[in-house]
Amino acid sequence: MDRFRMIFQYFQSNSESVMNGICGLLALASVKIYTSFDFNCPCLPKYNMAYGMGIMFVPPVVLFLCGLILNRQLVVVMEECNRPTGSRRKNMAIIRYMCSSILLRAMIAPITWIIVILLDGKCFICAFSSAIDAEKFAGFANLTPPTVHLLLAKVPCKEDELMRNNTSRKAVSRYLRCWSQALGWSILLILIVVAFLARSLRPCFNQAAFLQTRYWSNYIDLEQKIFEETCCEHARDFAHKCILHFFESMQKEIKLRHFNVRKEDQGEDQEEGDRLRGITNQEQMNELLHSWYNSKPPLDVSQAGQRQPPGRDRSSTEWAGSLSNRWHAPQGTHASRQTDV
Amino acid sequence: KMDKFRMIFQFLQSNQESFMNGICGIMALASAQLYVSFDFNCPCLPGYNLPYSLGILFTPPLVLFLLGFVMNNNVSMLAEEWRRPTGLRRKDPAVLRYMFCSMAQRAMIAPAVWISVTLLDGECLVCGFSTSVPVEKLGNTSYVGVPEKEVRRILARIPCKDIYDGQELIAREVAVRYLRCISQALGWSFVLLMTLMAFLIRSLRPCFTQAAFLKSKYWSHYIDIERKLFDETCTEHAKSFAKVCIQQFFEGMNKDMSMGHSHLPEKAPTETGEEKEKLLGITDQGTMNQLLSSWHKCKPPLRLSQEVIQMNVWVKETQKPSPPRREIITYYSKV
Repeated sequence: MDRFRMIFQYFQSNSESVMNGICGLLALASVKIYTSFDFNCPCLPKYNMAYGMGIMFVPPVVLFLCGLILNRQLVVVMEECNRPTGSRRKNMAIIRYMCSSILLRAMIAPITWIIVILLDGKCFICAFSSAIDAEKFAGFANLTPPTVHLLLAKVPCKEDELMRNNTSRKAVSRYLRCWSQALGWSILLILIVVAFLARSLRPCFNQAAFLQTRYWSNYIDLEQKIFEETCCEHARDFAHKCILHFFESMQKEIKLRHFNVRKEDQGEDQEEGDRLRGITNQEQMNELLHSWYNSKPPLDVSQAGQRQPPGRDRSSTEWAGSLSNRWHAPQGTHASRQTDV
Repeated sequence: KMDKFRMIFQFLQSNQESFMNGICGIMALASAQLYVSFDFNCPCLPGYNLPYSLGILFTPPLVLFLLGFVMNNNVSMLAEEWRRPTGLRRKDPAVLRYMFCSMAQRAMIAPAVWISVTLLDGECLVCGFSTSVPVEKLGNTSYVGVPEKEVRRILARIPCKDIYDGQELIAREVAVRYLRCISQALGWSFVLLMTLMAFLIRSLRPCFTQAAFLKSKYWSHYIDIERKLFDETCTEHAKSFAKVCIQQFFEGMNKDMSMGHSHLPEKAPTETGEEKEKLLGITDQGTMNQLLSSWHKCKPPLRLSQEVIQMNVWVKETQKPSPPRREIITYYSKV
């Protein structure tokens, strides 16, 4: 349990770690989708190539887009690109860094799909069985071209009645599979070498600038997260105060109306009395609930809970009330936060 | 194991949106599982195949879409905010639009998963379009002279392996492969389209009206929190209300008893043991039975007498000399 919690916390601590985790999950998901996907080669002359290429390239595009969608940093980058400059200059290096990090992470799952599909071989056989040179294989050598074409298209289907006991089919199949696996391993090797070179040679170029861009891109991400959290907390406190004011003003209104109230003004030292907030019978409670629905209190907790009765002519407070305006103050107030990278 | 679930639960609940994402994910998995466990049963009759398969393709997504709305707590919140009288707080259509859009987007995930899984699996389309297979291209051209109705009847049987009898007309595997290939192509195109739309919406939204978006997000969040807090406050209030109401009821019963049985010695409660005080003066079976029947037959009014609530034990004892009052006072001290 502890270990699980530790792993969970480690991933959550850093936005990049979270993204790495999500990428890993997406890559595993792509393998799982491939294994559970029922590959179904049509074994018809023109359809094979279209189907094979489609299965090879459409799911990677889908996985790439999923990788972009699930990455929170994409929204952050778009916001950073499109915001008005205000008092904080935009730094293109940061935006480039974030974009490249997003794109690299999103490419992992599609590449996994392509490599798995090539190493497995079914798709390659389906797509290219009509494209091989029939002369090389004994079983197809002495037939008319249309027949050859038809038979070659049926090579991926083992159970087809024409192909069931055909040894040349197995030869073609093995040949194509060999090519497919060679291609898959080569791509994997090239990518790993490129990744290795990029990672090990990067510190040789411009390390100081890199540290700066990394720091500031991390900063932008955290700032956004903390802003959202602060807004949530603020909304909670705002709602709390608003409701308390509402209860208090109902209490005052009721007191004003019922003149036969007790003479002594009791101090609120009894806990139950505190919680009851002066609402102590059914009619009062009903009135409070009715009033909550019919006339929600204005979004203004700065005043001392003076609630005007609905009949009065008072302009209703807009949603862009006093508190919310503070958050949209022009960035001119943050003069000291220019990033000079 | 319970701890792990609790932690995941807490993480999801920490943010309302994360919670809704969690519910979406669960509904998507549920829809995939539903498809897997659903026993697809093609009728294999000429006029019935297409309606059945189209029904299976489109009705469960509709049900899942509506279920997505039903399971979303924010639906009632949206309705409430829409229909409430304006009062002192004006309504903001941007907030309503934001709430509706976010709910609709989330509700669309499970239906999209169902349609994708159905198309990628292929059985549904094989059933629905088996009568539309191009026999001229795929079948044996030597087989002619069969009336069209008969051909349709044979083709309709393609999805049912056991009763297919048209092997000479067209090989079943060829037709099934053809239809499945088209079905899977449609499935992947659908998935690609949905993903592309989601990507465009998510990445291009910050380019338009970002400030207004932040505003709507904050205030829709606020409405949600306010409603929850109001419910919590009302629950607390109801608890205290009920507690005091019941106390007063017990006190009233006790007063009746002590007035009725005035010859019984009045024991001043010298022991302040907690258990004894919790008895609230009801100490025998007869009294208790009477109290219970009175609770059922004649519930007390929903009106708490003001004086009793606000009484402070030590201050009031000196001011109220009557002995019955004294007993009453002490019953409130520890509750």
